[in-house]
Amino acid sequence: MRHLEVDPRLVGMLGALAVIWVGFDLLSGGAFLTPRNLWNLSVQTASVAVMACGMVLVIVTRNIDLSVGAVLGFVGMVVGVVQARWLPEMLGLEHPATAFIAVAVGIALGGAIGLMQGSLIAYLGIPSFIVTLGGLLVWRGAAWWVTQGQTVAPMDGRFRMLGGGIEGAIGATASWVLAALACAAIVAVMVMLRRRRLAFGFPVRPAWAEGVLMGLGCLVVIGAVAVANLYPIPVGVARRMAEAQGIPWPPGGLFIPHGLAIPVIVALLVGVAMTVLATRTRFGRYVFAIGGNPEAAELSGVNTRRSLMMVFGLMGALAGLSACIATARLNAATNAAGTLDELYVIAAAVIGGTSLAGGMGTVAGAMLGALVMQSLQSGMVLLGVDTPLQNIVVGLVLVFAVWLDGAWRKRIR
Amino acid sequence: MTAPLVEMRGISIAFGGIKAVDDVSVDLMPGEVVALLGHNGAGKSTLIKVLSGAYRADAGEILVEGQRAEIATPRDAKRYGIETIYQTLALADNVDAAANIFLGRELVTRWGMLDDAAMESATRQVMARLNPHFRRFKEPVRALSGGQRQSVAIARAIHFNARILIMDEPTAALGPAETAQVGELVKQLKAQGIGIFLISHDIHDVFDLADRVSVMKNGRLVGTARTRDVTKDEVLGMIILGKCPEAAVRGPGAMAE
Repeated sequence: MRHLEVDPRLVGMLGALAVIWVGFDLLSGGAFLTPRNLWNLSVQTASVAVMACGMVLVIVTRNIDLSVGAVLGFVGMVVGVVQARWLPEMLGLEHPATAFIAVAVGIALGGAIGLMQGSLIAYLGIPSFIVTLGGLLVWRGAAWWVTQGQTVAPMDGRFRMLGGGIEGAIGATASWVLAALACAAIVAVMVMLRRRRLAFGFPVRPAWAEGVLMGLGCLVVIGAVAVANLYPIPVGVARRMAEAQGIPWPPGGLFIPHGLAIPVIVALLVGVAMTVLATRTRFGRYVFAIGGNPEAAELSGVNTRRSLMMVFGLMGALAGLSACIATARLNAATNAAGTLDELYVIAAAVIGGTSLAGGMGTVAGAMLGALVMQSLQSGMVLLGVDTPLQNIVVGLVLVFAVWLDGAWRKRIR
Repeated sequence: MTAPLVEMRGISIAFGGIKAVDDVSVDLMPGEVVALLGHNGAGKSTLIKVLSGAYRADAGEILVEGQRAEIATPRDAKRYGIETIYQTLALADNVDAAANIFLGRELVTRWGMLDDAAMESATRQVMARLNPHFRRFKEPVRALSGGQRQSVAIARAIHFNARILIMDEPTAALGPAETAQVGELVKQLKAQGIGIFLISHDIHDVFDLADRVSVMKNGRLVGTARTRDVTKDEVLGMIILGKCPEAAVRGPGAMAE
C-alpha cells in the first residue's frame, strides 16, 4: 500500500462507493448492480459531474458558485430556442450544423456569464457568495423570460445524442476501441512520467507497484466498457434497426449492446482535461496557490484577479456544457432545469474531498463524489423511497462525509 | 563613485489619512547590507513593501542603478532583480517546496505543461546549498518546520539571480543555529555583490551583519549611519528617542537639537 503512493482518500471514497453499491444491490434483491442500472446511473451522473469539475477549482480558491443550476436553466432555454426555433428557420430542420452551433452557443454563453460574475468577484471585490446568490435569482428569472415560461421541444436529432439514450450510445465496437485507447494512454503517461523522474535521478515507485497501478487503471476502463456492452438496446428498437438495414430477425432475437453513452464520454473527457489543467498547467498551479495563501500568490507576481475571473469563466462554460447535456437528455428545454443542481454540484465536490477552506481538492474526487450522490439517489428510487426521505438521507450523508473527512484530516496532522 | 544599486527618494505613503511613511530616503550599494531599524509601526515594513511592489508610494521615486524605476506590482520589482523574503514568509502552505520557489515563474515543457521534474531538480540543488538536511521535497510546505519553511522562502528569493534582496525579520522565527546559518548566508550573498536591506529587531544581529543602519520612527527617517561609526547605545537612542548622533546623517525625523 505504501509503495503504491495512492491518495488514501481516493481509496476511501472508492470503498464508500463499493459499500453503497453492494448495499443497495442486496436491499433491492439484485436490481442495483445490473448493466442497465449502472448504465443509467452513469448517464444521470454526467451533467453534475461536468459541473463538479469546475466547482472544485472555484472552491479551491476559497470561493463558491451558487448560480450554476440557474445558469444551466437559462443556457438550456437559450440553447433550446436557438436549435428549435432560430436555426431551423435559418438552416432548415435537422441541419447537420445545428447541434454544433447549439453546443457552441451554450458553452460560450455559459462562459460569458461566468466571466461576468467572475469579474465582479475579482475586480470589484464583491464576495462570490453574494454575486452568485444574486446570479441564482437573476438567471433563474432570465430562464423564464426567454420564452415566458414555455417549454421548448423537441430538440435536434444530433443534439439529442449528447443526452444518452439509444442514439446517444456509441455501440460495442467503438466502445472497445475507446477502451484500448484509454488503456494505451494510461500506460504511456505512466511510463513517460517514470522515465522523466529516473532521468533526474529522483526516487520512483518500485516497478511492480507501477505495474499494479497500470493494471488497476486498465481494469477499471475495461470493466466499465464491458458493463456498458452488456446492456442491450430494447428488442423493439433492435428489430426496427435490423429491418432498416435489411438483416433478417433471428428467432432468438438480436443482442445489440448500447456501449458507452456519449454524455459519459463527454464527462470523462472533461474530467481528464480539467485534471491536466489543475495539475499540469501554470493556471492550475496559480489556482491552488491562491487557495493556499492569496497574499503569497499576489506577492509572487501571480495575477490573482485575472486567475479568479478565469476560474468563474471556466465554471460558467462547464455549466453551459451541462445545460446542453441536460437539455438533450430531457429532449426539451424547461425553465426549471437545473433547479437545486448548485447544491448537488457543491456537495459532490465536498464529498470528493474538496476543502471549503480552500487550497485542497481533486477533479477525480469531485467526479467520484458526483457518482456517490447519484448512486444514493438512484438506489433509493430503486427501493421506492419517496422524494422527501431521499433528500433527508442525501443531506445527512453530506454532513457525515464532511465530518468524517475533517476528523481523518486532523488525525494525520 | 558608482551609482547606488537602489535609491529610494522622498517616499511617502498614507493609509486612511495616517502617514505610514513620510518623506523617507534610503540607498543601498552593491555588496552592502543596510539595516532598517525602528519600533513596531515605525514604517519599516511599509517602506520595504513599496520597493517590493506590494504597495504603491503616494510620493517619491525609486532609482535602480541610477535609472528611474517604475514599480507598481511585485512582478515589476522582480524584473529589476528585487527579491523579498517576507516576515510572514508568504508561502502557499498547500503546495510543495518546488511549487513555492517557482510560483509565478514556473518552468514549462515544450507543450506548455508544468515541468515538475525540472523544478524539483532545481529545488534540490538550491536547497542542498541552503539546508543540506532538507529531504521533504514532495510534502506541502505546511508540514515543514519553521527553519525549513524559512529556507524555502530564502531559496525562492535567491534562486532567480537577485541583485537586491529584502529580508524582513529573517531570523524572527528561528533557533540560534538557524540564525547563524542565515548570518552566513548574508555574508555569502554580500560577497557576490548582492545588496541587502535587512529589517530586524535584533540590534546584535544588525551590528554583526550590516554596514549601515537607517533608523525610522513614526514613519520618518531619524538618520543613517555606518555601523562602525556609532555605538549600539547611540543606535538605541535613535530608535527610542529619535536622537541622531553626530556621526550619523540626519533625516527629517530626527529630534530637534
